[in-house]
Order: sequence, then structure tokens, then C-alpha cells
Amino acid sequence: MRPRHAYDDVRRAQEFRAYVAGAGGRLLHTATLLTAEPRDANPRARRLLTLALARTYACWDRLHGEDPYDHTRRCLMARFAVNAHRYSGRLPFRLRPAGPLAGLSPQERLVLVMRLHEGIGEERTAALLGLPAERVRAVQNRAMSVVLRPAPEPAPLTGRAGTVPS
Amino acid sequence: MTGETGVGPVNRSNREERVRRLMVARPPVLPPDLAAEAVRRGARMLRRRSYARRVMWLLLCAATVAFTVWALTARPWVEPPSETTPPLTGW
Repeated sequence: MRPRHAYDDVRRAQEFRAYVAGAGGRLLHTATLLTAEPRDANPRARRLLTLALARTYACWDRLHGEDPYDHTRRCLMARFAVNAHRYSGRLPFRLRPAGPLAGLSPQERLVLVMRLHEGIGEERTAALLGLPAERVRAVQNRAMSVVLRPAPEPAPLTGRAGTVPS
Repeated sequence: MTGETGVGPVNRSNREERVRRLMVARPPVLPPDLAAEAVRRGARMLRRRSYARRVMWLLLCAATVAFTVWALTARPWVEPPSETTPPLTGW
């Protein structure tokens, strides 16, 4: 029994390392966007990704053709959604949020990353988050307006009358 | 330039594209030890799961054996001998 188990372990670890080498960078980028940390100091994102990857490793033999990337991403999002209050960065003793999504709440970041960075459809995002699709759309609109608020041309050149941000 | 507040589909996809570009910029570098750490934790999870499964089977087997032994000694399906008799009166 033992040699077969040992062989399985080696094979699984090899396949898994190849998978992480291919998809790890993108997943870490996603995690860093979620936690709103700077790109070179992202301990929370690394921890989030490590735990999600560990789950994928533990389920590796039972994926049965399912995309491991999809599995890891789902674990990542679920873990972030459950612990979202820890990543809010609103409390004074939390790290200052950084990155392009710094000004957003955890839920807004989650929706924006799922919809735009990961390209998950609106219906599927809503199902994964347990929200109605209209709510996802509303959160996404609000998040986009916050992200795009520091416009590239802040000077009041064009007519501003009537352009009240909704 | 189109207005920032328009809600048309073209404007929306334009805004989405801008946000996407902002997010894609400057990805972080993957630390080399992250995969090893994930393997370590994942292997520990697997070990714990198989240990829990083994303990469960062991408990199940022990319970089955205990029940069988008890059933063979106590023989609950045999009707117990009557211990009460009606009082004999009228002789």
C-alpha cells in the first residue's frame, strides 16, 4: 500500500506545482486586488491564496476534470467573502488600503474583481454571492464610479453644468 | 469626450474597459515558496481527513462487534421466562 500512496503523492505534487507555476501569478493578482494591498507588500493576499491553493491540493484527486483554476478561485472568493470585515481597512488599526481598488468596500472590490478582472457573468456572480442580479449591477456601477472618480482631466475644462454623478 | 454619467451600453463598456485596464496594471510577483507552503498545508489536510476516516471506520467496526457480542449473550429475541404468576385462589 505504502509505495502506491507515495507514488500518488509525488505525482499529485508535481501536477500541482505545474498548475501553480502557470496560474499562481494571476491568482495572486486577483487576491491582491481583493485585499487592496500594495503589490510588493501583500501578506493577506498571500495567505488567502495559500489557503485556497491548499484546499485545491487536498481535492486534487477528486476534481474529475473540473478546472482547478475555477476551484481555487471559488475557494479564494468564498474565503474573502466570509472574512470580508477583516479586509475593510476602515478601522484605524488596519493597514491603509492601496492599489487601484483602495477606495472601495470589500463587497464592491469582490464584485468588481469577479465581473471585470475574472470575467464572470452577472448571473453567475449573483449566484455565487447569493445576491440578486440587479444588486450586483448596482454595486458594480457604484464601484466603477468610485474607481473612475479621479478622472484623468480634473481641470474643469468641459461644461460641468448638469453632470452630477449619480 | 463622452459624458461620465451616461448610462448607455457603449459608455458602460467603455467605463468597464477603463476599470479593467486600471486593475490589470502592475501585477504582483508570485513568491517562490507559495506553492510549497500550499502543498504542505494541503497534504496536512489530506492526512487529517484520512485519519478521521480511519477513526470513523474503527468506531463503526467496534460498535458492530460490541452489538453482536451483546446480542449473542443477551439473546433479546428469546421470550423471557415469566416471573409473575396469577395468585392461586379457590382450591
